[in-house]
Amino acid sequence: MLAPAVKAVMNISRTIESIPPSGIRAFFDLVIGMKDVISLGVGEPDFVTPWHVREQAVYAIEQGHTSYTSNKGLAELRKDLARYLKTHRGLDYDWDNEMLITVGGSEALDLSMRALLNPGDPVMYHEPCFVAYAPLITMAGGLPVPVMTTQADGFKVVPEILEKSWRKGTRALLLNYPCNPTGTSYTRAELMAIAKFVRSKDLILISDEIYDELTYDFEHIPFASLPGMKERVIYLNGFSKTFAMTGWRIGWAAGPARALAAMTKIHQYTMMCAPIVSQMAAREALNNGGREVAAMKKEYARRRNFIVASLNELGLDCHVPQGAFYAFPSIKKLGISSLDFSKDLLEKEKVALVPGTAFGSQCSDYVRISYASSYANLKEACVRIRHYLETYHGKKI
Amino acid sequence: MNEILEILINDARTPVEDIAKMVNKPVAAVRKVIKAYESDGTIVQYKAVVNPEMVQDKSPAAVRALIEVGILPQKDVGFDRIAERIYSFSEVQSCYLVSGSYDLLLVIEGQSIQTVAEFVSSKLSPMEGVRQTTTHFLLKKYKEDGKIFRQPVGNKRLNITY
Repeated sequence: MLAPAVKAVMNISRTIESIPPSGIRAFFDLVIGMKDVISLGVGEPDFVTPWHVREQAVYAIEQGHTSYTSNKGLAELRKDLARYLKTHRGLDYDWDNEMLITVGGSEALDLSMRALLNPGDPVMYHEPCFVAYAPLITMAGGLPVPVMTTQADGFKVVPEILEKSWRKGTRALLLNYPCNPTGTSYTRAELMAIAKFVRSKDLILISDEIYDELTYDFEHIPFASLPGMKERVIYLNGFSKTFAMTGWRIGWAAGPARALAAMTKIHQYTMMCAPIVSQMAAREALNNGGREVAAMKKEYARRRNFIVASLNELGLDCHVPQGAFYAFPSIKKLGISSLDFSKDLLEKEKVALVPGTAFGSQCSDYVRISYASSYANLKEACVRIRHYLETYHGKKI
Repeated sequence: MNEILEILINDARTPVEDIAKMVNKPVAAVRKVIKAYESDGTIVQYKAVVNPEMVQDKSPAAVRALIEVGILPQKDVGFDRIAERIYSFSEVQSCYLVSGSYDLLLVIEGQSIQTVAEFVSSKLSPMEGVRQTTTHFLLKKYKEDGKIFRQPVGNKRLNITY
């Protein structure tokens, strides 16, 4: 225990103090400490990074690549990325002035907020969403303005809700698709409707497309590729989900040179650069990893179909996610909160899920199920969930 | 490749009901596709891939060898006729026609080194049309049909992350 005198000195920044602690931290601690759990609570691929990528990293270390790189990231990696965006996404980015390699997609997200926001600037973001959005907006001095999406709309951001949520002075809209935790993605027409709103309110669109390669039912369309949007978009992405490289911490941002220069300024004073070995591994993944990406995507799509059909069969209403590797079923008919449901399921059946409230204040009727887990695990989890529902909620389903 | 076939190649024990969910088709339709594959010989057999090092009772077939065989092709039938004469032996588990310095690559199984040696010297080598053989006894199996033979490593991920 700290002595009182020290405690008084160690005052915490008011901004950080204002960010509420996660309400499900205790639940997370419970899960992490438990053994023999079937976990469908993991937000990362269950595949390991393809061997040729790991081998390239080992080779890079053997060759003595242990230095800093340019702040913006290895020129070769940025050139490769620019080429990839041109050939795969039809987008033209200048590798030297419009791209930045970051320490994971999360850093890119943080940089974009800090580079663009002035104190008090409202930023719209959708809920449910990745847990970091509102805190990152707050930490950058902005004002988080939630846009509540609903299951009835497939958890999509639609113009009517945008109009309702908008407030004067809004600087940016933060959009994630395919979405963690709902798996929601958008067709071109749906994106065009959002683009129209963005233009009408003169907003910046921060587009988190980290799950873009895991889109199952239609082609993923980058927001920056929509007419007139490139100059408004900060395009964020990374290697974690696509290439099963979460631990390597390599993300990237692309966007107008002025914004990227500002983001690079923060990056150079905080990170210096992303780790060189990870950047070299990322090059290998990007240039030679297509086969594994296609195979992983195919496997995720099968698991998605399996888990969504199984959940609906169990009576848990689940919309079909178009991408990422999450299902977001409703537990409303059980009449208990998502946190209580998750705790109960963990204690009684040893199946770990993430309560919906982690992803939005109004998501207490939902849980996130990650299908980045083997078919055998998913099947066993479904057996246990069935047993739990029949034993404890028999009359409600 | 057909998706149902892909799923079965990966795990032949996947229940039809689960395959139906995975490919988003009715169970009856999936059953029909599988039946057709079985009838037309696309699906030849369902079997377990076994790590021989984990098997306690190794008899009857405990020794495996790869044998390179040089053969003389015959008019009109090329390598096929002599290949057929060779692969018809029950000791021959696999038989491939390959490019390079020899023609057929065989995988032979026997109860002991002597049994395999006996097969090579008394059956294979004296056969008309066989020019030469080179036998490699298999010492350890690391990987087969895309499966790596080692004890599965535990989960390295945290149980829960955002």
